[in-house]
Amino acid sequence: MASGRAQLLATALLISAAASAALYGVHEAYDWSEERIAANERARVVARLNSVLDPSLLGRDLSTVLISATDPDLLGTSAPIDVFVLFESGTPVATILAPVAPHGYNAAISVLLGIAPDGTLTGVRAIRHRETQGLGDAIEVAKSDWILQFNGKSLSMPVPALWAISQDDGELDSISGATVTSRAVVAAIKDALLYFEQHRDELYARAAQTAAETNDL
Amino acid sequence: MTPPQSNWRDATAPLWRNNMAFAQLAGLCPLLAVSTTVVAGLALGIATAAVVVLVSTTMALLRPLVSPAARLPLALVLLAGLVTAIDFISAALLYDLHEVLGLFIPLIVVNTGILAHAREVAANRGVGFTLISSIATGVGFLFALLALGALREALGTGTLLGGIEMLAGESSRSLTLHLPWNGMLVAVLPPGAFFGMALLLALRSRLMRARESQQPEHAQERPQ
Repeated sequence: MASGRAQLLATALLISAAASAALYGVHEAYDWSEERIAANERARVVARLNSVLDPSLLGRDLSTVLISATDPDLLGTSAPIDVFVLFESGTPVATILAPVAPHGYNAAISVLLGIAPDGTLTGVRAIRHRETQGLGDAIEVAKSDWILQFNGKSLSMPVPALWAISQDDGELDSISGATVTSRAVVAAIKDALLYFEQHRDELYARAAQTAAETNDL
Repeated sequence: MTPPQSNWRDATAPLWRNNMAFAQLAGLCPLLAVSTTVVAGLALGIATAAVVVLVSTTMALLRPLVSPAARLPLALVLLAGLVTAIDFISAALLYDLHEVLGLFIPLIVVNTGILAHAREVAANRGVGFTLISSIATGVGFLFALLALGALREALGTGTLLGGIEMLAGESSRSLTLHLPWNGMLVAVLPPGAFFGMALLLALRSRLMRARESQQPEHAQERPQ
């Protein structure tokens, strides 16, 4: 009996020690990689900012201010998303939102969209997705031109009621074989445009304030 | 007491004769899901091999301290810690590739082939045998991932080593081989994984049979 109990104790100690060692290792790995992962995620977004801007802005002297925005209904996630406001000599000339399309076929889709001050889209890209290879991955600009149809669109063209794919009686094309993916992306873009329409001046003001604070430092 | 030669033969069996994927049919979920390209297969194969070597060798080292009942929980705790750490580190160092592999790095924890190795081999054999056998297991699984990945990528997208820059940096982009045909979509979709696996299993079984008929003295031997 005693030896059985001793063995049980030894086993419990061993497992606890192993669990502590594993937890310590995970903690160390997390500490080491946390900032690198965040930097990787942001680098991917930043590297593609130019792709959603109006081409006439490229090469001009713009300053980019990063702020965040939270709106679970219109931005697809309860977490804050990145918002980049681009200024040219103090005037906002473009806003880039990085919202989420929560209803992708396999998982949420991260989208990047550039919006001119008048609410017109200057470009949309899918940044991160798990859509089916060969079908839903046509949202990537490398695979098809589908995502380019949003260039120049706004909430007045088409009007919000027609911001849907043709299967849902809207005016936008869908990807054949990937209706769910198309619907998710179209809805996310429409919502982001609505968010921008409602919050444009607030975003500009916050970005200007952030820029001023950063310059003071 | 088994002669050293037979020990060596047993320890290296997972390379081919007792291959985790092709003979034990273990670890098939990540194998079938990730083997859409050579590069994804290579990355998951390396991660899996690292895990099986570290976990099995640690289990063999701790063997005198561990009662049989405690082996499985101990192996799971070690696996969970190691795999989580690898998940973080690969996201930090190879972000694009980590995106491709997605869920399948965390799922290494429940790779039955690794658990079987930690339980069966590491629990019964010495550290040296376990080390060699776990390396053979890892390399054998890597081989299976590469074989299926190459088959599916060549048929499905008409390339080989596409996306190598995610693993080895921009300078390696030119290593991607473009084959003179367009891909056949089904090969990279999930059904293609089963078709590809079936083809490879048939091919392996044919090769094994040819070998057995050449070497009748091993004809009796079956993988465990």
